[in-house]
Amino acid sequence: MSSADAAAAIPAPTRRRPVIAIILFALLALLPVAVSLGLPPHWLTLLTRAMIFAIAALSLDLILGVGGLVSFGHAAFVGIGAYATGIMITEGQTETLLILPVVVLLCALFGAVTGAVSLRTRGVTFIMITLAFGQMVYFLAQALSAYGGDDGLTLYERSTLLGFEPFKNRTGFYYVVLGVLIACYGLISVIVASRFGRALRAARENATRVAVTGFRVKGIQLLAYVISGMIAGLSGFLLANHTDFVSPAFMSWPRSGELIFMVVLGGVGSLHGAIIGAIAFLLTEDVLSGLTEHWKVIFGPMIVLFVLFTHGGLVGLLRKLGLGRHD
Amino acid sequence: MTEPVLVLAGLQKTFGALKVTDGVSLSVAPGELHALIGPNGAGKTTLVHQISGMLRPDTGSISFRGRDITALPPEKRARAGLARTFQITSTIPSLSVLENVALGVQARAAHPLALFRNAAHDESLNGPARAAIEAVGLADRAHVLAGSLSHGEKRALEIAMALTLEPAAILLDEPLAGVGREEGERLIALLRSLKGRYAMLLVEHDMEAVFALADTVSVLVYGRVIASGNPATVRADPAVREAYLGEEG
Ligand SMILES: Nc1ncnc2c1ncn2[C@@H]1O[C@H](COP(=O)(O)OP(=O)(O)OP(=O)(O)O)[C@@H](O)[C@H]1O
Ligand SMILES: [Mg+2]
Repeated sequence: MSSADAAAAIPAPTRRRPVIAIILFALLALLPVAVSLGLPPHWLTLLTRAMIFAIAALSLDLILGVGGLVSFGHAAFVGIGAYATGIMITEGQTETLLILPVVVLLCALFGAVTGAVSLRTRGVTFIMITLAFGQMVYFLAQALSAYGGDDGLTLYERSTLLGFEPFKNRTGFYYVVLGVLIACYGLISVIVASRFGRALRAARENATRVAVTGFRVKGIQLLAYVISGMIAGLSGFLLANHTDFVSPAFMSWPRSGELIFMVVLGGVGSLHGAIIGAIAFLLTEDVLSGLTEHWKVIFGPMIVLFVLFTHGGLVGLLRKLGLGRHD
Repeated sequence: MTEPVLVLAGLQKTFGALKVTDGVSLSVAPGELHALIGPNGAGKTTLVHQISGMLRPDTGSISFRGRDITALPPEKRARAGLARTFQITSTIPSLSVLENVALGVQARAAHPLALFRNAAHDESLNGPARAAIEAVGLADRAHVLAGSLSHGEKRALEIAMALTLEPAAILLDEPLAGVGREEGERLIALLRSLKGRYAMLLVEHDMEAVFALADTVSVLVYGRVIASGNPATVRADPAVREAYLGEEG
C-alpha cells in the first residue's frame, strides 16, 4: 500500500451537531408562548435574568472550561459593563450603539492589563490575583460617590437603539437577551472550534507541548481572557438595563464565585453547560428564596454536595444518561 | 565540511550547588544522528531542555542554523525549525492523534491562530497531518484520543508532531524508554527511516539502538562530555567503559 493510499484511508473527522444547545434555545424561545398561555409572567423576568447570567457564565467557560484558567474575578467585567452603562444613562446617553463600544472597550482594556499581569502566574496564584483585581474594581465602584458609591446607582431610563426601545417591553427584552445569548454561544463555539480555540484547549492540557510546537501560550491565553471579558461586559450592559440599578455588589468576589459555580454546575468546557448551569442556579435560588429567608443555608450545602457527587456537573449527568455529545 | 545545524558552546547550568551541565560543547551536522548517552542523572534531559529553550543556561551559547538562539523562548526555537520529544511523553491527551499532529501543522501555517476558521475539518491542516501520521505508522489510530494510545504509540505520535514542524533538527529524549520490545523495534525502524533527513540529537539508554543508529556518540557524565566520536571509538574508550558502559557489563 502506498503512503497516499494509507493516508486516504484515514477517514475525515466526524462532524457533531450542538443538539443540546439547539433544544435549549428552542425551549427558551417558546417560554413567552407558555406565559401567554397562563404561565406566571414572573418566569419571563426570571429567565431574562438567568440568560443574562448565562452570557457571563458562557464567557467564563471560554477561559475556565476551554482554557483552564480559573479566574476568580470575572464578575469585575460584568460590573464594569453595568457601571459604564449606568453612568452613561445617568449622564443622559442612552444610545446602545454608543454605550456598547464603551463597555466593550473598557472591558478589553481592563482584561488586557489585568490579564497580562495575572497570566504571569499559574494555579492558585492566578486565582488569587484575578480575585484581587476583581476586588479592586469593587472598591473603586464603592468609592464612586458621584454615582451612588456604596448604595449603588438607580437608573431611571433604559438604553435605546436608534430611537427604538428594545428593553422597554418585558417580552421584547426577553427575546433581545435570548438573541444575544444565541449570538454569544455561536461566537464562542466558532472560536473554540477555530485554530485559535484548538491551541487554547491544547494549552490547558499541556502548555509545554504547545510552546515547543511553536505557539506563544501566554499570548493565546491573554487574547482568550480579553475576549471573555468583553462578552462578560455585554452581560453587564444587559444586567444594568434589566435591574434598572447597578451596585458594587455586582462585582464582589462572591459573584465571581457564583459564575464559576454555574459553569461547574453545568459541566465545564461544553458551553451549553454554562447556560444550563446559570439557569439551574437562578431557578434554584428563586425557588429556595421563596421558601425561606435563610435559603443560603440550604443552597450552600447543596452546591457542595453537587460538586462532590456529580462528576462533570449537569452535563456530565446527562452524558451518563446517554444524552449529549461525547468528546 | 558543511556547517553544523546545531552548535553548543561552553554550556553551564547549575541547580543550587549541583553542576548539571559543565562546559558542554558539541555540534550536530545536517542529517547527522548524534547520540548522547550517559548514566542516570548525568544531565542529558537538562541539556535538551536548554537546547529547546525550556531552561536557560547560566553561561555558554547555543546556535541553530547559524543563528544565536540562546535567549529565544521555546516557541521561537520551534518556529525556527527545532523540534523535540520528551522523556515523559508529552501530547495533548483529549485531542485525537490527527488533531495533535494537525496542531503542529497549524503552527507553521499562514494563520496559525485564526480566530474564526474551523480547524477540525481544515484539509490544509489535516492533509500534511495525515502524511506525518502515516510516516510514523499510526494511520489506523488517527481518530483515537492521544490519551488512550499505548506508550509506544505516544512516542510515535510525538515524533509525528515533531515532523510537522518541518524541522532542521529534532531532539529526542529517550524515545525508547518504557516501550516494549516489539514497539521498540518499530520505533528504531522509524528512527532509521528518518536518518539522514534530519539532524537528530538522540538521548538514549538502549545501547544496542544507539550503536546501530548513531553517526556520532557523545558520553555525558556528571554534566561533562567525557568522550565524543564515532561509535566504535567511543565504545573502545577506556574512560567511557569505566564510567558508563562498564556498569552494564
Ligand atoms: N529543576 C531541577 N532542580 C534541581 N535539580 C534538578 C532539576 N532538574 C534536574 N535536576 C537534577 O539534575 C541532575 C540531572 O538531571 P537530568 O534529568 O538532566 O538527568 P538525565 O541525564 O536526563 O537522567 P535520566 O537518564 O535519568 O533521564 C539530576 O541529579 C537531577 O536530580
Ligand atoms: Mg533524562
